[in-house]
Amino acid sequence: MPRFSAYLPPVNPQMNRTLFIAQRLSALILGPLVIVHLALIIIAVRNGLNADEILTRTQGNIGWAAFYTTFVLAASIHAPIGLRNILREWSALSNRIIDMSMIGFALLLLTLGLRAVIAVTGS
Amino acid sequence: MRENQTVLDVVTEVQRKHEPTLAYRFACRVGVCGSCAMTVNGVPRWTCRAHVKDVIDTSRDQTLLTIEPLRNLPKIKDLVCDLTPFFEKWQKAGGKFDASESRHKPPTKIDPDNKARASANAGIECINCAVCYSACDVVAWDVSYLGPAALNRAWTLINDVRHASRESILDKVLATGGCTSCHSQGNCTRYCPVELSPSESIASLKRATFFGLPATG
Repeated sequence: MPRFSAYLPPVNPQMNRTLFIAQRLSALILGPLVIVHLALIIIAVRNGLNADEILTRTQGNIGWAAFYTTFVLAASIHAPIGLRNILREWSALSNRIIDMSMIGFALLLLTLGLRAVIAVTGS
Repeated sequence: MRENQTVLDVVTEVQRKHEPTLAYRFACRVGVCGSCAMTVNGVPRWTCRAHVKDVIDTSRDQTLLTIEPLRNLPKIKDLVCDLTPFFEKWQKAGGKFDASESRHKPPTKIDPDNKARASANAGIECINCAVCYSACDVVAWDVSYLGPAALNRAWTLINDVRHASRESILDKVLATGGCTSCHSQGNCTRYCPVELSPSESIASLKRATFFGLPATG
């Protein structure tokens, strides 16, 4: 349960505004990307999931590389901001600890995501 | 208890006939002052305009009327709450009117068809009854949250061309507990006795974080 009747620690209004806008804009980008990604999964698995088939489609394809790089960037911005809000409301952690771990989480998503993009689209 | 009585009538009758020490608050009795809000059968209401027949379902043989003080506010005695935090947050959201012109200037001309004026008008009739504040779950778990009434007030002032500190309101509603804390659950709008939509005002404040202050000219 949330910490009932707790004063949440104060945040900087300008930072709050920037993160709020960044989260909405990244959601705006993620929306269509997620739909294309889901459609792609459905099409891709019709003949069974096969690494060779996937790699034939993706390797050396600049379009897919750009698509998934944008996807990874948007997700690395969007998810940590949302998780930060949840942790601020539901946990007793300090703002500093939350912010530091969310920067870490963003870098983790970015590294894992970009690594995967390079692995499947690089030739 | 008769079904054509208001809940406030019932409370008054209980105090006069059964329990003289019962403390409750009211003033106008006609839905203008916003003093008499209480939790009636679990729902925040203005008791002077809520009839017994509206709050208990007689067709289902319901006969019990449970009256409690408002939620989310410190209780003083019986049905009386301390509204200090509610009004402090009103101030914290920049709710005090700050005139941009002095009394020596002619009154500002306001076009009633102006879009910003229409937005201000939509939220201006708040009676400060704290029903929305009591209904809001975000207020319940985050004491720093300014709450629907204060943010609705901030939105009306942002749209008021006569208000001198329009820019500073945006900073105030973006600080801790401001409009971005709202979860859009909509309880404020559902229970507002004068049928305002604080949810819409808060959503508009969120939009203003992108696009800046609405044009009032």
